[in-house]
Amino acid sequence: MHTTPIIASASATTPSFDSSLEVRLQAQRGPSLDVSLECGAGEMLALVGPSGSGKSTVLRTIAGLRKVDQGFVRCGNTLWMDTENKKYVTVQQRQVGMVFQHYALFPHKSVIDNVILAIRNKSRKEKKHIAASWLERTNMTGLESRRPDQLSGGQKQRVALARALASNPAALLLDEPFSAVDQQTRRKLYRELAKLRTGLDIPMILVTHDVGEVQQLADSMCLIYKGQTLQQGSVHDVMTAPESKTIAKLLGHQNLFSATVAHHGDHLTRYQLGDGETLQGSATKLNVGQAVTLLIAPSAITIDNDSSAHDIGSNRLKGSVRDAVSMGDEWSITVHLDAVTKSLRFRIPQYQIDSRHVLPGTPINVNVRAGGIYAISESMS
Amino acid sequence: MSPFFVSFKLALWTTLILLPVGMLLGRWLAFAQFKGKAWVESLILLPLVLPPTVIGYYLLLVFSPDSFSGNLVTQWFGQPLVFTFPGLVIASIVVNLPFAVQPMQLAYGSLPQEVREAAWVSGLSSSKTWWHIELPQIWQGILGSATLIFSHTLGEFGVVLLVGGNIEGRTRTVSIAIYDHVQAFDMLSAGWYSAALLVFSLAALMVVRMSAQKSKRTH
Repeated sequence: MHTTPIIASASATTPSFDSSLEVRLQAQRGPSLDVSLECGAGEMLALVGPSGSGKSTVLRTIAGLRKVDQGFVRCGNTLWMDTENKKYVTVQQRQVGMVFQHYALFPHKSVIDNVILAIRNKSRKEKKHIAASWLERTNMTGLESRRPDQLSGGQKQRVALARALASNPAALLLDEPFSAVDQQTRRKLYRELAKLRTGLDIPMILVTHDVGEVQQLADSMCLIYKGQTLQQGSVHDVMTAPESKTIAKLLGHQNLFSATVAHHGDHLTRYQLGDGETLQGSATKLNVGQAVTLLIAPSAITIDNDSSAHDIGSNRLKGSVRDAVSMGDEWSITVHLDAVTKSLRFRIPQYQIDSRHVLPGTPINVNVRAGGIYAISESMS
Repeated sequence: MSPFFVSFKLALWTTLILLPVGMLLGRWLAFAQFKGKAWVESLILLPLVLPPTVIGYYLLLVFSPDSFSGNLVTQWFGQPLVFTFPGLVIASIVVNLPFAVQPMQLAYGSLPQEVREAAWVSGLSSSKTWWHIELPQIWQGILGSATLIFSHTLGEFGVVLLVGGNIEGRTRTVSIAIYDHVQAFDMLSAGWYSAALLVFSLAALMVVRMSAQKSKRTH
């Protein structure tokens, strides 16, 4: 499944029709907060960070369920919060759609009444009609009269989503909405959400700690750590070009090597590793001699057979197998590199290798595609 | 007026006054976090562990026309409260406070915070959230609280004797009447009164238990 990212750039839209969400928060008392993010209309922004990083706090503050010392939240032309000018709009008036981690359905109300209760300023008949159509869009037709405790986790999640959207919200906020359902249901829900959101022209924020979820659902991502937003950009840009070593580690990158910029070529840059060994990687604008952290994408690594032609845009590295674990239809392999006394971790499809060649201690050569090597400036780390 | 009438009148007044009080206090204690919360909770629970005669003694002090508070009370009600029905109601309220607050606090405490937040996000004001979301889920607590207050008031003895005295038709409740009859070796009357209280209390408890089971089945 692949969704085409529809990123509405804030600068490209005319101010009068701008329905983007702009958030700046600061807090010194309690857990510190220094957050700045923006989400365009129709854009799904993933707010990513480890647990306790403050991502839920940010979401709750946007919704109006929590207050901070200093902050500014604007959605479209409406100012939701501006501590400088003492402006504060209550949670009820903000009209956001929110899906909670544990769905938070009203336990004593039927499915359709759960949705109806969130619809405002309509006649009872209209409300019923709107609720039914949203339940249809979330594949819940036929279950309208059930109580929440008669629903599966996935069904509860669908009702929660229908309730959040039925109010015609100015923004959609999703607080780890998939954390409580099983893997199989999750995949189904991803698909349904991806389909549903194409018709939504409002800012959408998805809080998660699952990078895989981000790649499947979001257009852009904002990384948050210890209450601070570190980097915001398109999912691809942040994943492949993290701005610092901390960000690279938070994103789960494991193959990080210290190096210096050695030489700029036409399309590639040569980097100097520890003991004289050099690597060709993607071009950088950093000066020669600058200390960098090299990030090697696992997908750029292959096992080098002597027979394979050595192509110009790749690096051949010598090492020995440290360990190899068979995981489903893949091998997870750790190779100890001779030159830098560090390990490289990557995955290879089961059918591509003979298990006898990956016994611990066996000498092995690996090929690393230059395009999969990205330099992070050390000074920014 | 029969002691039954006095008892039921007292129980009704106590329940009607204490239910909203218990609902407010229980809600406040379930949701609010503040310094000294343990103190407030202990004070409310105190009548549960204190001998009723001790409470009765202090209430007599408070009601005494010689004291400052008694003076205020006398001005407020136009008469001293000792040995009167209004005095009995106030004493009964104090004694039953824990039975009013505790079930409500438990009921409110079992409401997930997320559900109330979902209601606010959906645009429901605090009062609408209370009416549409909180109240339908805490009625178990309300019923439990009402039953406890009502039955406990019927059975209260120590405080009633100290504060109300034993005035026929005004402050003589069933439990006092039973005591009186036993003192006068009228075991038959005492037996009838006791059996009536027993049947009523059992029936009240059954109603609560059965409604709890029924709601478990439908929820």
